[in-house]
Amino acid sequence: MNLSTTYLGLKLRTPLVPSASPLSKKLDNLKLMEDAGAAAIVFHSLFEEQIRADRFELENELTQGTHSYAESLTYFPAQEDFAVGPETYLDHLSRAKSSLDIPIIASLNGETVGGWTRFARQIEQAGADALELNFYSVPTDADRSAEDIERGYLTILDMVKAQVKIPVAIKLSPFFTSLTHFARQLERHGADGLVLFNRFFQPNIDLESGEIIPHAQLSTSGALRLPLRWIAILYHKLGISLAATSGIHRGTDALKLLMAGADVTMLCSALLQHGISHLRVVEHEMIDWMAQHEYESVEQLKGRLSQQNCPDPAAFERAQYVLAVGSFHTRIL
Amino acid sequence: MGSGGEAACETADFLNAQDERVGVLQVRLYRPFDERRFRAALPASVKALAVLDRTKEPGGPGEPLYLDCLQAFYGTERSPKIVGGRYGLSSKEFTPTMIKAVFDNLATAEPRNHFTIGIHDDVSGTSLDYDPAWSIEGDDVFRALFYGLGSDGTVGANKETIKIIGENTEHFAQGYFVYDSKKAGAITISHLRFGPRPIRSSYLITEAQFVGCHQSLFLERFDVSERLAPGGILLLNSPHGADRVWETLPEPTQRGLITKRARFFLIDAAKVARECGLAGRINTAMQVCFFAISGVLPHDEALATIRDSIRKTYAKKGEEVVAMNLAVVDRTLAHLHEVPLPSESTGRAKIRPPVSEEAPVFVRRVIAPMVAGRGDTLPVSALPCDGTFPTGTARWEKRNLANEVPVWDADICIQCAKCVMVCPHAVIRNKVYEPERLVGAPLTFKSRDARLPEWKELKFTLQVAVEDCTSCGLCVEVCPVRNKSEARLRAINMEPQPPLREVERANWNFFLSLPELDRTRVPTDHIRSQQVQQPLFEFSGACAGCGETPYLKLLSQLFGDRMLVANATGCSSIYGGNLPTTPWAHDSQGRGPAWSNSLFEDNAEFGLGFRVSLDKQREFASELLHGLADELGDGIADAILAADQSDEAGIQEQRERVADLKAQLSTLNCDAARRLEAIADALVRKSVWIVGGDGWGYDIGYGGLDHVLASGANVKVLLLDTEVYSNTGGQCSKATPRGAVAKFASAGKRAPKKDLGLIAMSYGTIYVASVAMGAKDEHTLRAFLEAENYDGPALIIAYSHCIAHGIEMKYGMRNQKVAVDSGQWLLYRYDPRRVAQGENPLQLDSSTPRTKVRDYFELEGRFKMLRRTHPDEAADVFQQAQHDADVRRAFFAQLAAAAPSAKHP
Repeated sequence: MNLSTTYLGLKLRTPLVPSASPLSKKLDNLKLMEDAGAAAIVFHSLFEEQIRADRFELENELTQGTHSYAESLTYFPAQEDFAVGPETYLDHLSRAKSSLDIPIIASLNGETVGGWTRFARQIEQAGADALELNFYSVPTDADRSAEDIERGYLTILDMVKAQVKIPVAIKLSPFFTSLTHFARQLERHGADGLVLFNRFFQPNIDLESGEIIPHAQLSTSGALRLPLRWIAILYHKLGISLAATSGIHRGTDALKLLMAGADVTMLCSALLQHGISHLRVVEHEMIDWMAQHEYESVEQLKGRLSQQNCPDPAAFERAQYVLAVGSFHTRIL
Repeated sequence: MGSGGEAACETADFLNAQDERVGVLQVRLYRPFDERRFRAALPASVKALAVLDRTKEPGGPGEPLYLDCLQAFYGTERSPKIVGGRYGLSSKEFTPTMIKAVFDNLATAEPRNHFTIGIHDDVSGTSLDYDPAWSIEGDDVFRALFYGLGSDGTVGANKETIKIIGENTEHFAQGYFVYDSKKAGAITISHLRFGPRPIRSSYLITEAQFVGCHQSLFLERFDVSERLAPGGILLLNSPHGADRVWETLPEPTQRGLITKRARFFLIDAAKVARECGLAGRINTAMQVCFFAISGVLPHDEALATIRDSIRKTYAKKGEEVVAMNLAVVDRTLAHLHEVPLPSESTGRAKIRPPVSEEAPVFVRRVIAPMVAGRGDTLPVSALPCDGTFPTGTARWEKRNLANEVPVWDADICIQCAKCVMVCPHAVIRNKVYEPERLVGAPLTFKSRDARLPEWKELKFTLQVAVEDCTSCGLCVEVCPVRNKSEARLRAINMEPQPPLREVERANWNFFLSLPELDRTRVPTDHIRSQQVQQPLFEFSGACAGCGETPYLKLLSQLFGDRMLVANATGCSSIYGGNLPTTPWAHDSQGRGPAWSNSLFEDNAEFGLGFRVSLDKQREFASELLHGLADELGDGIADAILAADQSDEAGIQEQRERVADLKAQLSTLNCDAARRLEAIADALVRKSVWIVGGDGWGYDIGYGGLDHVLASGANVKVLLLDTEVYSNTGGQCSKATPRGAVAKFASAGKRAPKKDLGLIAMSYGTIYVASVAMGAKDEHTLRAFLEAENYDGPALIIAYSHCIAHGIEMKYGMRNQKVAVDSGQWLLYRYDPRRVAQGENPLQLDSSTPRTKVRDYFELEGRFKMLRRTHPDEAADVFQQAQHDADVRRAFFAQLAAAAPSAKHP
């Protein structure tokens, strides 16, 4: 069975790629992923905001109360070498690169234009095979228009593309008024691929303590419907790579997304839930299904049920009621 | 050797230029003292010699160098007149005018010997007079004074300024920094000199061409123009605009500026910093202003140099920090304004007296000048002749440090008193009282029905001393109540202080006028009731959010009326006993802790001495009482000797008996009665507490501590464990846990923390407890009560969060809780009395860990720093720390579960 696929110009053994998650922070996990058959690995994100916050936090914590009292002008030893920047991330990245044979896709969430470009360059130098720009933000400014925000993203893409030679993918949230239009803009500005979609932390409320808890909820297979729709829609509209992420737990989940038009399917929750070795299970499930249905390769089924190739293209555009409610009624009546 | 030598040489040069004939010989090698070379170095023309020692040899014939000099000429042909004198003791100033006084003394026919200079000794009359106005400082030296807060970066900026001028110009530079005795809201005064010749003026600046006032809050504390030279420049950082700022200056300052024809510049540095993303960091803006207006360097050159220095200084902290500071440089000048001076002072603002006018005479006459920074002017006669100082004086120094203060929401408060317990400065108090006491209360005074059943019919008030608060926020974080409509609010919330100051001052005074609840009516078994006890440790100079002082305050509430404290040197001796004011206080009866400080190496023995002395006095008093029993009526002797003083009521009754006894003794005419009168108070139970930090208890004083605990004497030890030498700036101690970064452990400590509690338990005769107030306050209370009640030695090891942990102090109590939840800190009590009951003496009081040690480490800079500096090793070290915690907990659990018959672990 030929599972190979091409993503961002990278030739991959299978379409199964662990997406950005805390798992990649440990070198041992990365090796386990490779052993379990990961075709490539997306690194956890380097967050500029986090780096900046860490710097300030540590600076504040280590300097408070200094130069106030004659006997204790400082409270901590002066450190020459302070890894409060991206050093830890970059070291880890280059170490992973030298230990693994599969491609490594770094992930970056910048905050400032300078941050996006500087870190992108450093990531390339550390040996990443590709870079995923994690356009992750919750826009709360009532005076800022969608157009303005999109323009900002395109500027970042332009600047990063001008700095690096490795392929650049964009990881998007689903919350764009005209996703298709924006996706095309990204393609025109040089994006080599899109990753659909980012899952946000969803705040929750603890009724007892009256506190807001930032909550990362693991996805279920149901979550794949959102990327499924958009990948199917975008498949023929764009000429760049598409990666599906969210809700891929079984081999059949991956197959659905491939048939919608994804080049790779990325896994996170499934691995956090079932362990890294679950990758192997998904791969076997894919092989079994394909064998049963006499498919020979992933390339053969890729995009088979995209909006353009499927028997009912309108189904992907239908947003409410017509079929969905109808089928629901049929079941309960 | 010879620390005053430079100033003396400078003065001698000045005097010789005026045709005086004086000289200075600086001895640089003291031992061996080379008499021959010493004689050779003194010209034959020397007629009289004043030998200055910076030491005091009480009871000796003279100070050491003076005696050596006498010896050097003894039996030789030369015999200059030699007198000795003392200078510079207690960091007293040694200025040219004092040096001139020494020369003038030598020039008299009968020079005074054994004199002192720099101290006004009006008791033994040894001091030489000098003219405070006489000065030799010339205009070629640029002198600048900067008033800042420790937290605002003034000192750091001035050190940079010195470096810039020293490295980039032909000028010589000098800097000296005077720090406060307080740790919270400390004032720093930077003295900077720049000049074309090496600077030999080793004394403070009394008249400066430039004065920088970096915080407008100083305006109401002292006259910032006082030390400004005529024609000098005052730079003020103030949020008030150029059109309004003049009105904010107190009248004396306005007058000073006008009569000195000063130039007055204004900057809102906080605004500039805020705009550049550096809220609270005013140092760069103030430095730019100094260079812009002082003229010590050409303007453009100065700015270019500051920019270079910023790039170097902040490079390690990241490009954003560099960029933000550079932005400050660019923006500052646009915000710098010269304010024209009117011809007359019109100020209505006043300089606040250093202490309240209602303070006792001693506080007003002696403490107040010290608070105002004029302590050196006090004559010797002003100080208590027996070396003791009155307690409870901190309450008179209203420091008004807080921008924000806690405000009580009486409607939703459940009266748990947790905020009262954790307040490090005893600023939050509660009282319960009869409703009729509210007559005459200010309209804004808050009061509610007391919720506790035992205080039914009584009123409850929680009051904040807003003028003493340091704005640490521990109280808010520890409050368990949430507002039903606005969840961000609790039953105590921070609000801006200035609008509340006057109102709450009146409320506080009224609150103080309410009577304290009779101690015998206070149930001490729960925090909510116990906290109503009056704290006898208040308004100390400890850091905002200090983790140690809440324990001391608790101690003072529980046993303060009968407590003696032997305090090891360290933070607790600084905030506890450093002048000008004393936080240890007394109640309305005059009872309060007697406190003294000893050294690291002998504090436990020092405290044992208290006990031995008290026991001896009690023993002697008992003997005398026995002897006088027949002459005293009502069986009082037997009642006193057999008294049960195990609780508050018993102690109270004994005090009444002793008062009776004293009254009866005054009618007896015999030696025994006189002797007993002097020591009768020893018949009332006393509580001896030995207090210190981990640097003392785990390290330097450990030998003595072990000895004293092993002695079986009835002394209690409160070890405030910050796991680091806090007072001297964060050096590693044996209490430092594995993985923590500290000085002398900059790569993180690689050995586990010493288990002092376990060592103490091994004797089987010592009450031992390990507590963490933020984790389980009721447990802390119980341990304190049990320890004091135990008839033998007790050791309480108290987790104290600290500024040296690299934490946001308002979360200190939360960190304590996480330390316990993770198993990093164990709560336990080892009570030898339980053995007799057939129970295991050890009780492990913390539950099974609910989180990992790593989660706790993530909350503290001291651990996080290791990950930043040694990322490769940090993971291993943290894993070992987890292992330490797991093994230790398992071991304690095993000991606590052992058969009850086991005498001890």
